[in-house]
Amino acid sequence: MSKGSIRGQVAVVGVGETTYYKRGESPDAEFKLGLQAILKACEDAGISPKQIDGFCSFSDDRNDPTRLSAALGIPTMRLSVMQWGGGGGGAAGAISNAAAAIHAGYADVVVAYRALAQGQFGRFGQGSTAAYAQGERAYTAPYGLMSPAQSFAMKVVRFMHDHKIGPNTLRAISMASYHHAQNNPRAIMYGKPLTEEKYDQSRWIVEPYFHLYDCCMENDGAAAIILTSPERARDMKQKPVYLLGAAQGSGHRAGAPVHNAGDYGSSNFTQLTARMYEMAGVTAKDVDVAQIYENFTGGVLMTMIEHNLCTPEEANEFFKLENLVVGGKLPLNTSGGNLAECYMHGLGLQIEAIRQLRGQSTNQVANAKVALAAAGPMVSPVSTCIYGTEEVL
Amino acid sequence: MKFDQIPKPVANPTEPLNREFWELCKSGFLHFQRCDDCGRWRHLPRHQCAGCGSPHWHWAVSSGRGKLFSWTISHMVLHPGFAGEAPYAAIVVELEEGVRMVSGLRDLPVEQMRLDMPLEVCFEQVTENFTVPLFRPASAGQ
Repeated sequence: MSKGSIRGQVAVVGVGETTYYKRGESPDAEFKLGLQAILKACEDAGISPKQIDGFCSFSDDRNDPTRLSAALGIPTMRLSVMQWGGGGGGAAGAISNAAAAIHAGYADVVVAYRALAQGQFGRFGQGSTAAYAQGERAYTAPYGLMSPAQSFAMKVVRFMHDHKIGPNTLRAISMASYHHAQNNPRAIMYGKPLTEEKYDQSRWIVEPYFHLYDCCMENDGAAAIILTSPERARDMKQKPVYLLGAAQGSGHRAGAPVHNAGDYGSSNFTQLTARMYEMAGVTAKDVDVAQIYENFTGGVLMTMIEHNLCTPEEANEFFKLENLVVGGKLPLNTSGGNLAECYMHGLGLQIEAIRQLRGQSTNQVANAKVALAAAGPMVSPVSTCIYGTEEVL
Repeated sequence: MKFDQIPKPVANPTEPLNREFWELCKSGFLHFQRCDDCGRWRHLPRHQCAGCGSPHWHWAVSSGRGKLFSWTISHMVLHPGFAGEAPYAAIVVELEEGVRMVSGLRDLPVEQMRLDMPLEVCFEQVTENFTVPLFRPASAGQ
């Protein structure tokens, strides 16, 4: 039996984003934001929204495909797929699920989307303030352990200790995002540069590694990506960008509660990346630009190492600002990412990978042909996509 | 009740296996499940061994000794019960038996935490129905 592959079978043809807002500041309802992003993606692709026949999302998005189809006047909805679990770790998964459905013939034009209005609804990722703790929480809440920042910090503590990696690596990751946001008018932190001093003096969220600037923002807005077959893509407005490879999931007992995962100090990509690179027919050396989900900077460090973009031994030298900006060894999070553009739970990073390969980034990497975009470090499942231009096929 | 007088959350599992774990903490000894067939220790409580698949197990007494596997100091107040304590440490302890658990730290300033340092369990009765296992530096000679 031949091994399946998505390589070159599906093209990204449209991307759309609303204005991005700080959490709670959207003037529009979440559903309207979702519609706006989808309509912008259709406009970008040069298609009618009525051509969409499939929807994919992640992290329990509240705006379900049946409502969206009705609002958009879609004559036939053929696909409604939710990536299950892992929160923002499903951003690349939503795209790979869309691609799989197109390749299988379940749908022809699929949109992957995410919409957030956290004033209208609750804040994402908040702990409970209940007096009693049940289930897994019973083993963490009595000790005050109740947020992703804390749990993920403990994975990073172990990883950085075991590999003798210093904290300046994390500062460089944060500063790369802020550096790139200064050229991106869509970015929340546009016009708000970050200096080493400002980073060092920022308040702790959790010690020992997560300052304020190591943590993703909280935002309102929406983003959408439209995918279709290469044949259909030829008649559309934009230069197609092709999915080369994708993977989702996690390793053996990655989610073992509480903190009992065998591979503890990990972003959970160790088993995925070989699958993805093999499918894509490229290696880490071929990656021209990387968009790596920053829930916290420590997760970016581990994700990049687990994608073979650098070794643990090289990390202290590699993670320096000059290496991570356009013109450096491997430009990272060139839109400003989740730290400084917008935390659309990672979908913005996928869009930036596509912009780079179209040559449309506000921080364009010269002649970028292969772009990596990974989602959700340290959760389970995680997901990752690698894109290429036509000449890579 | 004022914000900083609200008590910390208390484990109150509804599921029988989890209830047994916390009930056993009242004995002053830490207990974990151990597989009758392959001898593996496990935590959190569950009905089947993830190693060999056996459904046969018993509660076994842990040595209560382990090492500081990871830690973090929280500056945020995520629950009003911790309002008076921030910044405070939450830790992961790897017990001699191989299982890990989340816990809290006693008898050690947080600045003196070092990964892999030896720790031993101690217990504090929080309410009549809830005794919580915590860890302190291992006493000399152990």
